[in-house]
Amino acid sequence: MNRQRSTFLITILCFGYAFLYIPIVMVVIYSFNDSRIVSVWGGFSFRWYLQLLENRQIIEAALLSLRIAFVSATVATALGTLAGLALARMGRFRGRILFTGMIAAPLVMPEVITGLSLLLLFVSLQDLVGWPGGRGAATITIGHITFSMAYVAVIVQSRLMSLDESLQEAAMDLGGRPFRVTLDITLPIIAPALLSGWLLAFTLSLDDLVIASFVSGPGASTLPMWIFSKIRLGVTPDINALATVIITIVSLGVVIAGWLMFRQEKQRQRDVQ
Amino acid sequence: MNRDDLWRRFVIVTPYLWLLMFFLIPFGLVLKISFADPIVAMPPFTSLFDFNKAPGESFYATLDNYRFLLKDDLYRISYLKSLKIAFFSTCLCLLVGYPIAYAIARASPVWRNMFLFLIILPFWISFLLRVYAWMGILSTNGVINNLLLSIGLIEQPLQLLYTDFSVYLGIVYSYLPFMVLPLYATLAKLDFDLNDAAADLGAKPLTVFRDVTLPLSIPGIISGSLLVFIPALGEFVIPALLGGLDSLMIGRTLYDEFFGNRDWPLASAVAIILLLMLVVPMMVFQHYQLRETDQRE
Repeated sequence: MNRQRSTFLITILCFGYAFLYIPIVMVVIYSFNDSRIVSVWGGFSFRWYLQLLENRQIIEAALLSLRIAFVSATVATALGTLAGLALARMGRFRGRILFTGMIAAPLVMPEVITGLSLLLLFVSLQDLVGWPGGRGAATITIGHITFSMAYVAVIVQSRLMSLDESLQEAAMDLGGRPFRVTLDITLPIIAPALLSGWLLAFTLSLDDLVIASFVSGPGASTLPMWIFSKIRLGVTPDINALATVIITIVSLGVVIAGWLMFRQEKQRQRDVQ
Repeated sequence: MNRDDLWRRFVIVTPYLWLLMFFLIPFGLVLKISFADPIVAMPPFTSLFDFNKAPGESFYATLDNYRFLLKDDLYRISYLKSLKIAFFSTCLCLLVGYPIAYAIARASPVWRNMFLFLIILPFWISFLLRVYAWMGILSTNGVINNLLLSIGLIEQPLQLLYTDFSVYLGIVYSYLPFMVLPLYATLAKLDFDLNDAAADLGAKPLTVFRDVTLPLSIPGIISGSLLVFIPALGEFVIPALLGGLDSLMIGRTLYDEFFGNRDWPLASAVAIILLLMLVVPMMVFQHYQLRETDQRE
């Protein structure tokens, strides 16, 4: 009976992971395909990778995306941490319900609506006060900060909720000012949550197509926008190569981050003992 | 005001102002512009308040956009089709995700983290590229068709890409982690001794599942389903890349209305109605999230 059950469960997992990973593996395999016709195997080759390196448009789009992701993740982590602190540590304040709603809503809002609303804001602002003079990297960054700070806030809030408050109370009892206690005690303790928040914000920004398409202007094309305009017409071998590069970088990053957190967790458990 | 109050104020007010400015006010604008008329200018809509006119005529609003949306077949079909696709792909996602979450929850603790990690990993890889991966598999000269042709099962390549089938597949594939994680969170908390007890008393495995496991995992089913249904309803990328020309999901229609026809007031009205459709599922989701946090405290 028990054996039968575990065979059944293992089969499910095999099928599940096959479903999740086969498409990704296929892209990787076909990126080394020499043939111009994507699905016909024409021998092993690196030619699409070499072509990528020569494509200035891709490199420029990638650099723009990375710049936007770096800035928006950093600002979103700062704002999201404040928001998480406000929700978890500041008790009641006026407008708390609206605040909670504004943190939760971006998580489930369809991107087309967020993108449209931000564009309307930027256009109206430009009409009223002349800022932002033209749309591009800056407006995309603001859009990304807004939706990813909500994710950071949720991560920080849930970490703070699960935290034992006695350490901070002790620090307060000893006369620590709230500002210093937050800076010296709370933030170091929740540093792993801040790091996950930053990584998530970074990835969300790198990944976003819809909001960027709405709030971008002529000349500012992020990597997803460039990829989208290309694959809308069908599969192309150089996108396979680009996808493989991205998949490799992201997987390595996630595996290393996961391993570091795992090790830190183990270390902490050992310290506790 | 002392320094502590200042700090408290800073922590609350900074993110508050940001969200007001870049989240709430923009929604007000969408609502406002949905009552305007399109004009050929920049910005391409009439303003509700025009103080250059006589006091009686300075306010102008119209319900034309909403009237048009309710009357026009294209939009009615788009909304209904989005609802249909989002609903059935949520059901499919549940059917695929539940066994996976269950299997992970019953795996030994050593393996669990590894399994969970493998569920989350694709989520970090670009959404766009994961959808793109299916284009190579489903296209007429793609992996599946080549395979079926070479073993002689079919004579002509099948039209798999640019159909409703590929849209369903894309949604289930892309949102599977969102279904599995909340389901796992609920199932992992279950006391499987209950199952063993029921089995010892002679209940068949399926009966145990139906009467014990399933009812206890309903909170996970609801949050997982909403996490799939809500984004699927307004999805743009998947119908744009995998759907055919007739795959009129509302997210795509809105995008085309905006970029193709440049009718901003109508696009705003489309967005407002989409938002109204999402209010109920969002509130249910919020309710379950709050209950979850309450339980943790």
